[in-house]
Amino acid sequence: MEEVKLIGTWPSPFSYRVIWALKLKGIPYEYIEEDLSNKSPMLLQYNPLHKKIPVLVHGGKPICESAVILQYIEDVWPQNPLLPNDPHERAVARFWVQFAENKVPCIWRLFRTTGGEEQEKAKKESMEMLRALEEHGLRDKKFFGGDKIGIADIAFGQVAHWLEMIEDLVGVKLIEAHTFPHLHAWTKNFKQVPIIKENLPDYGEMLMYFKRARDNFLASRGPGM
Amino acid sequence: MADEIVLLSYWPSMFGMRVRVALAEKGLKYEYREEDLRNKSPLLLMMNPVHKKIPVLIHNGKPISESMIIVEYIDEVWNHKSPLLPTDPYQRAQARFWADYVDKKLFDIGKKIIWSTKGEEETGKKEFIECLKLLEGELGDNPYFGGENFGFVDVSLVTFSCWFHTYESYGNFSIETECPKLVAWTKRCLEKESVSSSLADPHKIHDFASGMRKRLGIE
Repeated sequence: MEEVKLIGTWPSPFSYRVIWALKLKGIPYEYIEEDLSNKSPMLLQYNPLHKKIPVLVHGGKPICESAVILQYIEDVWPQNPLLPNDPHERAVARFWVQFAENKVPCIWRLFRTTGGEEQEKAKKESMEMLRALEEHGLRDKKFFGGDKIGIADIAFGQVAHWLEMIEDLVGVKLIEAHTFPHLHAWTKNFKQVPIIKENLPDYGEMLMYFKRARDNFLASRGPGM
Repeated sequence: MADEIVLLSYWPSMFGMRVRVALAEKGLKYEYREEDLRNKSPLLLMMNPVHKKIPVLIHNGKPISESMIIVEYIDEVWNHKSPLLPTDPYQRAQARFWADYVDKKLFDIGKKIIWSTKGEEETGKKEFIECLKLLEGELGDNPYFGGENFGFVDVSLVTFSCWFHTYESYGNFSIETECPKLVAWTKRCLEKESVSSSLADPHKIHDFASGMRKRLGIE
C-alpha cells in the first residue's frame, strides 16, 4: 500500500475528521503536526491555494479540504463504509456533510463574542443550526449514520466535543437534554464509540489552548467591542 | 415502473441550471416546476425544510437538495451514459475540490459586483477575475475540466457563463479579455445540446438583474 501522511494540528476538529476516518478503516498513516503560525514549505507546496490543514498525502499526492478527503478515503478504502449503499441515503449523508461545512462555523463566531448584540446573533444562529440537526438530521436515530457512525457523524464531531469547550469559554449553554434530547444523547454516544473515544484531544489542554487563542483575538480587537 | 423525476427550480438560478445540464447529459425526462421564491410552494417547503431553497430534485417521491449533491446523485443512479465524475479516486477528489472552490467563491464574490450597496464592486471585480484566472489555469490546455470529456467541474461552472454578460456590464470589464481560454471553453460547452438547452439567455438574465437592482434601490 502506498504511504499515507496526514498534515494536521492537534486542536483542529477538521484534522480529527480525517484521523477518525483513517482509524475506522484501519489505515496506517504518519501524522505530521503543522505550526500554523509558521507554515512549513511542505504545507505550502501541498495546499498552495488555501494553505490550510488538514492535507492528506497518499503516495505523494495531496488531497485538501476535509470533506473532500473523507470522500477520497471512502473511495480508496471501502471497508467499514462511512457512506450507505443506497444512492438516496448517500445524497442525504452528503447533504449533512455540506450542512456541517456551511452552518456549523457559526459556533466559532459565537466563540469570538463577548456579549451584546453580536453574541445574541451568534447564539441565535447556533441554536437554529442545532435545531435543524435535532429535527431533520438526527431525528430519533442514534447516529446520523443510523445504528453506526457514518460520514455525517464524523463531520459533526465538532458539535460533540469542541462545542462544549466553546460553551465553557463563552459562558453559554446551547445543548441541553431538555431542549435537544436527541442531539444531547448523540454527543454522549458519539464520544463512546471506541475509535472516537481513543482519538480526541484532551479536554483540559484544548480548553487552555482555545482560551489563550480567544484572549489573544479579543485583545487584538481592542476595547469597546 | 418508469422513474418519476421532478425538478423544483428558478429560471435565473445557475444552481438550478446545473441540475438541468446533468439530467440532459443523461437523456432523462422530467417535470420542471418553476418556483416563485417570494411565495415558495408547500411542496418546496416540505421537500427542503432545512434550507427551503431550490434546486430540489424529487425522484420517485424522494427529495435531494444542494445542486452538486443532486448532480452526483444523478451520476450515480443513471450511470449508463455520460459519466460526470471520473472513476479514479484521486481524480474524483480533484473534481470535488474544484467544484467546491466554485461553490465557495464565485457566487458570493459575483454578488458584490451586481448587488452591492456598499461600494464593493471594484474589490468584487478584482476577486472575481482572480478566481476565473485560477480556474482557467486549472483547465490548462484540456478541452474540458473533466479532461477529454465534459464532467463534474464543467457542470459546476458552465452555468455561471450565462451570467457573465451581467457581471461584465455592472463590473465594467470583459471576461474574454481577462480569461480568453475560459471563454473559449464556455463556447465549446455551449456546442453541447445538454448545455445550450439548459442555460438561460444572457440578455434575459441581464434584464432580470436590472429589475432586481431597481427593486433593491441600487439601479
